[in-house]
Amino acid sequence: MPQIRFFAERCKGCGLCVLVCPQRIIAMSEELNELGNPFAGLTEPARCTYCATCGRMCPDLAIEIEDDSPSADNSTSSE
Amino acid sequence: MEFHRPRTLKNVLTHYCPGCGHGIVHRLVAEAIDELGIRERTIGTAPVGCAVLFYNYFDCDIIECAHGRPPAVATGMKRMLPDRIIFTYQGDGDLAAIGTTETIHAANRGENITVIFVNNAIYGMTGGQMAPTTIKGQWSTTTPEGRGKHGEGGPIRICEMLSALDGPSYLERVAVSSPKDILRAKKAVKKAFEKQIAGKGFSLVEVLSMCPTDWKLTPAQAVDFVNEKMKAVFPLGVFRDR
Repeated sequence: MPQIRFFAERCKGCGLCVLVCPQRIIAMSEELNELGNPFAGLTEPARCTYCATCGRMCPDLAIEIEDDSPSADNSTSSE
Repeated sequence: MEFHRPRTLKNVLTHYCPGCGHGIVHRLVAEAIDELGIRERTIGTAPVGCAVLFYNYFDCDIIECAHGRPPAVATGMKRMLPDRIIFTYQGDGDLAAIGTTETIHAANRGENITVIFVNNAIYGMTGGQMAPTTIKGQWSTTTPEGRGKHGEGGPIRICEMLSALDGPSYLERVAVSSPKDILRAKKAVKKAFEKQIAGKGFSLVEVLSMCPTDWKLTPAQAVDFVNEKMKAVFPLGVFRDR
């Protein structure tokens, strides 16, 4: 099962991910992170399709998708 | 699918403002380097401008250049080390203002280097002064009534200008203001590196990018500015491919 992760501590609160999510399930938090920014997160995780559109739009590499299923496409790079 | 930070980008926070397009372009360049497997033999150049700390973010060799001179520095490196992949990363103040000479002549000589040109139509680092690429009517701190009222001329279109030369092998203008544009930009950046690997000569990708801070817009409004205003003045497309 893929897992989408939003790294709150990297988020600068620009909200570009909110704009581009095809499912419209990303929202900014009310609280602030260490940088003093609101941060992005999923409102309805069950509806996420793991399309990574939010991650592509994120200027701050604050969104990653992990997939440990055997058929996962591991072509995108990682460490 | 998996989606991670590219290997070529270090795990550090950038200093860029919220909604700035530089982070997106950094990812595209890093992904191209990863996918082509050239990180160990790639040397980039950092510009003067907002991306001046570029070397803090890329996990490959980076050399800092004097303002506007990366194509000249890259020319020297490529001629001395022809087996290395040499790219420059430059903003519009760096490439289209103080570095216009170096840009034109490196392109005209057909130097086998790759230029990533981030065009946000303003001087970002110094606080929002008019750049050569500022569009007509656009507010900046030095054109408070909008560019064009007091003899400032119009924006320089780098891809169109360079397409008049014989030297370049690949010129394309892309944007990072929507997911579709980002996918196109990714292909363009990778292709520019492939041209260099194949020894075809000078390749340049111009990327229209957002600067919410100096445009005095929200990140969402800045995306609209690129999509509605900048693309009308700087049409996207391939200007040279051979």
